[in-house]
Amino acid sequence: MSLYFTEDHEWVRVDGDKARIGVSTYAQEQLGDVVFVELPHIGQALDVGKDAAVVESVKAASEVFAPISGTVTAINDALEADPSLVNSSPEADGWFFTMTIADKDELSALMDEAAYKAFCADL
Amino acid sequence: MRYLPLTDTDREAMLGKIGVNNADALFRDVPAAAQLSGPIRDLPMHMSEMEVERALSTLARQNLTATHVPFFLGCGAYKHHVPASVDHLIQRGEFLTSYTPYQPEIAQGTLQYLFEFQTQVAALTGMDVANASMYDGSTACVEAIFMARRVTRRKKALLSSGLHPHYVSVAKTLTHFTDDEIVTQTPGLTAGAPGDDVAALIDAIDDETSCVVVQNPNIFGHIADLSALAARCHEKGALLVATVTEIISLGAITSPGEMGADIVVGEGQSIGGGLNFGGPYLGLFACNQKHVRQMPGRLCGETVDAEGRRGFVLTLSTREQHIRREKATSNICTNSGLISLAFTIHMSLLGEKGLRDLATLNHARAVQVAERLAAIDGVELLNGPFFNEFTLRLPVDGRAAIRHMAERNVLGGVGLGRLYPDNPELANAVVIAVTETPTDADIDVLVSAYEEALSC
Amino acid sequence: MLNAQGRETGVGNVDAIVDEESFTGNRALMLEEPLLFEIGGSSRTGVDLPVPPKVESRLGGLERTRDIGLPGLSEPETVRHFTRLSRQNYAIDMGVFPLGSCTMKHNPRLNEKMARLPGFADIHPLQPIDSVQGALALIDSLAHWLKTLTGMPEVAMSPKAGAHGELCGMLAIRAAHEERGDPRKVVLVPESAHGTNPATAAFCGYEVEDIPANAQGRVDLAALKARLGPDVAAVMITNPNTCGLFEPEMIEISKAVHDAGAYVYCDGANFNAIVGRVRPGDLGVDAMHINLHKTFSTPHGGGGPGAGPVVFSAALAPFAPLPFVRHTGKHFEIVEEEQAFEKGDAHRQSFGRMVAFHGQMGMFVRALSYMMSHGADGLKQVAEDAVLNANYVLRSLDDVMTAPFGADGPCMHEALFSDEFLDGTGISTLDIAKALIDEGYHPMTMYFPLVVHGAMLVEPTETESKAALDQFIGALRTLVGRAKSGDADFFKGAPYHAPRRRLDETLAARRPVLRWMPPAVAEAAE
Repeated sequence: MSLYFTEDHEWVRVDGDKARIGVSTYAQEQLGDVVFVELPHIGQALDVGKDAAVVESVKAASEVFAPISGTVTAINDALEADPSLVNSSPEADGWFFTMTIADKDELSALMDEAAYKAFCADL
Repeated sequence: MRYLPLTDTDREAMLGKIGVNNADALFRDVPAAAQLSGPIRDLPMHMSEMEVERALSTLARQNLTATHVPFFLGCGAYKHHVPASVDHLIQRGEFLTSYTPYQPEIAQGTLQYLFEFQTQVAALTGMDVANASMYDGSTACVEAIFMARRVTRRKKALLSSGLHPHYVSVAKTLTHFTDDEIVTQTPGLTAGAPGDDVAALIDAIDDETSCVVVQNPNIFGHIADLSALAARCHEKGALLVATVTEIISLGAITSPGEMGADIVVGEGQSIGGGLNFGGPYLGLFACNQKHVRQMPGRLCGETVDAEGRRGFVLTLSTREQHIRREKATSNICTNSGLISLAFTIHMSLLGEKGLRDLATLNHARAVQVAERLAAIDGVELLNGPFFNEFTLRLPVDGRAAIRHMAERNVLGGVGLGRLYPDNPELANAVVIAVTETPTDADIDVLVSAYEEALSC
Repeated sequence: MLNAQGRETGVGNVDAIVDEESFTGNRALMLEEPLLFEIGGSSRTGVDLPVPPKVESRLGGLERTRDIGLPGLSEPETVRHFTRLSRQNYAIDMGVFPLGSCTMKHNPRLNEKMARLPGFADIHPLQPIDSVQGALALIDSLAHWLKTLTGMPEVAMSPKAGAHGELCGMLAIRAAHEERGDPRKVVLVPESAHGTNPATAAFCGYEVEDIPANAQGRVDLAALKARLGPDVAAVMITNPNTCGLFEPEMIEISKAVHDAGAYVYCDGANFNAIVGRVRPGDLGVDAMHINLHKTFSTPHGGGGPGAGPVVFSAALAPFAPLPFVRHTGKHFEIVEEEQAFEKGDAHRQSFGRMVAFHGQMGMFVRALSYMMSHGADGLKQVAEDAVLNANYVLRSLDDVMTAPFGADGPCMHEALFSDEFLDGTGISTLDIAKALIDEGYHPMTMYFPLVVHGAMLVEPTETESKAALDQFIGALRTLVGRAKSGDADFFKGAPYHAPRRRLDETLAARRPVLRWMPPAVAEAAE
């Protein structure tokens, strides 16, 4: 299982031929209290870099872009009842959705954890 | 200059503090070519309050008003009696001269009545939630079409032929440059059910249909059961948008929510508002809880303050233009705050009992008038079921008859030629609304006026 | 600092936070008020109606069978309920309301009286035209004022608010391009624009691109020129802009835009700064909405109703929406969409209808009443006093607050500050705003425009006296002093004396409660 990050502060946890997607601890800190997450629907085809979800805080709504291409296989229903999971557990219980990986090569464009830490430190 | 508190002494002192010699220096960024040397020409100089009042009163007197003559017009705007306390309360400066409640700590008055308004509208329409109002019924209606598109991700809206033709025009205008498809029908005056196209709409719904937009009571006053249409919409994954332009009707007839509507929009002017020659009016917008995040317009919600006391705030504002910018659900910015307050106050005065009694009274008087007019030779009442508004076919041009009556100080209805100039089938038809306001004497005058207009 | 009665109004008063709880929860004149659903009853009513005549129902079996759930109140209870609610609001009638970009000026009561004349308030939009000649004359007269004040040849009266007016202007621009068979895709919007601008452009099917501001808070003309091209349909610009500054290169901007075959849309939100002194038509503007509820004193009413007529240049005039009023010799008529246009009619290319009827008549009466009261001379004085008041505020505070463009010269009708002066204090723009509430003021506009950090935008308007401004300035200087001396806890807790302390907006958004429910129903839903 390997973990990747994007410059838009999403994480991608790859497990075999599937990937689980969420937003990073840094992202939730920037967002503040998350009040709602609009998730894609199961079966939706996602293109890398295109809109996949929307995460809303009280005063802001931010797009979450698909970090890779693929098809949505599951969404985190728990976020509907309790969007604060994104704040309390962004990189575990606050996951957004899982998807297939259409092209493994796209992963090579992403950062690993160390690179992402360095990236955030520069912001 | 009674609205300007600064004196010349003040101005001099202030210019001194700023460090310039005169006011012109403050406008130095304006290009010389656009600087005017004196007051703009072709406009009068300032006037006293008395002079303004005199001039405007002169214009006001040139209109034939519903206050002064027998009055029976409807078609999307109705004359109802508004209790005196409503207008008194909305003129309290704390309401009248406040702003959108962006600072909730000092706007609880506005926020609480908006919460009350939302609750009243939701109850009345039979829906879960309502927003804090929109510009008017026609703009609320087109917003419902856009919302149905967001919910269903489909682009085809079917508009009933019983929908107010101005609402249809607004929908066409605002979808002209989007890729929405608006399907309209030409209305027919089927005896017993004018403008009723429920059966045709049921047949027309397909897998591309985002919503069906109907009006109940419709533009001809006809009322219909929408349940079967709602069921068909849901079977096909489309939404039913019900439009109510005479909101008092909901005191007497089953609400669109109970019939299965997904979005109810309406014109709320009948409760608390005046005729005002068409504006300001009050757009109502209600839907079910599951679609609330796709809803346009402002919403007020309950919360608590730092001491744990109940309070209210504008909420779910991330849907709105100032945050989503080009991804907003709508570009709508203001609501009709003060008119929604008038609605809330009037509705509080009415209550369940008052609204039901008022609706019963409207219906009973309309039935009476319809029967008397239908008894006139050559006049045909086209409606089967109706609430307080009905359509007559006359043996003469409807607009001409209405004009003839107006010249004799009777405002006897709306000639449908005014709303449908290209539809000769409707040229002889008039729509008449009867509310609680005309006296028995007014009704006698109306009947005589029709008799007289048809005999010449 | 002394108040008008000669008493001290400085630091110290605000510290007295009384913890004593009263039995009612009331604090003297600060009265708690339940929801009407908690005090009303289904059999109570505040109206008396005549007994209806007995008739056979013609409701076709659609009679309402279920209760609606609408409690009523008697008249005394209603008057008290809403009077008590009203007292939890701040309003222009109570004090300085320096909300930048909103022009919260005094709302003359003559306007209210005139709008309620039955000849305007009690006429129906579909009455025969001959029976409403006075109303049409009023609309025509207001149209004349708006066209003359802006130096523009056409005006669309029907838009219901500023954002609706923007939509009107952009629809006309789109219609004009379509007519030429030249569908352009892009609308340029300076980053200091109102948030409604991009939303409106997107609504008309345009892609929105930002144009950066220069160091002086103005549109970067070079960047604009570089971006203009055959794909650009329009530039949406606000002038005076949202930094409270006039665009000195406006004529050149318009020329460049026109040379590229595009149109200039001007957001007229800030017209109050120049009304009667500068005509937007002389600046090359093609379309501009006018917020009657800002410049022309119609009341904001807690969020509407507004009115947003749009003036058009000759190039866009043929595309203006319906309906409108036309004078034919001795007679006014309303041109409605359903009238077939004859060949050569100037309005044949109209893009259609935006609202059910003729626009905000009630607001038209108020606005005309205001314009006539001021006259051409008074309106010029309005602009001058509005700008004078804003500059007075700017120069009375720029030594203790940060005025990012203050060194460049005078502002227009509003003074912009950034939060730089708060650096290191742990106190934010929001905290200053909330502390101002305890001083008895509505806060200034916060965090807008976005081009400066932690923006505070102060628009005093011309209807504030020097004494009122002096006291406001004193209050703000005192708060700034206290902030700089480091008293973050005090600021974070503010307001202390308002009907409510800070409200939990996160809770409201996470679990939206948008209507009252009977307690049993609400509990069951938990």
